[in-house]
Amino acid sequence: MNRKLFLILPIVSLLFLAVLLAKGLQSDPRKLESKRVGKPAPEIVLTTLDGKQFNSQSMQGKVWLLNVFASWCSACVTEHPKLMQLAEQHRLPMVGLAYKDKTSDTVSWLKQHGGNPYDIIAVDLDGRVGIEYGVYGVPETFVIDSEGKVRMRHAGPVDDEFIAQHVEPLLAVSNVGNTK
Amino acid sequence: MNPTPEEIERLQRVSSELRCLVCQNQSIAESTAGLAVDLKQQALEQIQAGKSDEDIRSYMVERYGEFILYKPAFSASNAVLWGGPFVLLALVFVMVIKSLRRRQQAAEPITQATDVLRAAKLEERYKRDASNQ
Repeated sequence: MNRKLFLILPIVSLLFLAVLLAKGLQSDPRKLESKRVGKPAPEIVLTTLDGKQFNSQSMQGKVWLLNVFASWCSACVTEHPKLMQLAEQHRLPMVGLAYKDKTSDTVSWLKQHGGNPYDIIAVDLDGRVGIEYGVYGVPETFVIDSEGKVRMRHAGPVDDEFIAQHVEPLLAVSNVGNTK
Repeated sequence: MNPTPEEIERLQRVSSELRCLVCQNQSIAESTAGLAVDLKQQALEQIQAGKSDEDIRSYMVERYGEFILYKPAFSASNAVLWGGPFVLLALVFVMVIKSLRRRQQAAEPITQATDVLRAAKLEERYKRDASNQ
């Protein structure tokens, strides 16, 4: 009995290791988990593209989307039509964070790529707000719930899957009174 | 405020232990990526504000996660990684000693028994040979 266990043990542990390592191989080391998920979203106090003040406190009570983008970011071009689509549906307030981007560049980029999907564009010229949110690549998208907590962080271009999995459910549950 | 040589040295030391998140095989000290430059600036400002190295590290971890540390701290979530190899080593050591002991105890009687058996067989053969002659 003991002997059998001795023979089986290495095989079992080998299988266990194989599964573990196979799983590790499939995970993308570039995809980092955000530390901010589940925690209160860092406050944003910035000037907007049109020269007004934006304070993220004004978004309290709403589910909203924060999209970090820049005119110098090539992947942002990919996600731009998706954001336009989402904006047309008027589902939730969309705030753009123009990350380390000159205002004139942001304006002409939006014009060049078919419009402005954002309700508000906050200008993060020195990237400090980006650091607060743990942004390490553009584009990144955050979903912030009505309590002001970060519910989801998505690195890379927004796609249908992201919207279906992470935006829709939140809107379904807690979007009563989420008027724009 | 221009940094003093000591502050620059500290910045160099702290940021060489931080992973650049854009180019993941470089430290923030080495990297010239935009984010690395910004984080170095952040670190320098904190040094000048009198923050400790530990403060700077936890500032970075709070925003970017443990991944930013080249030397992750010992914590409950990675205790298995740190302790696992030693536990395994100890386990193997105990098992080897146990099995060695068992083999030693078992070995002697078996040798004796086979010896006796062999001797008996040999003797039988001699006797048979002798009677055949």
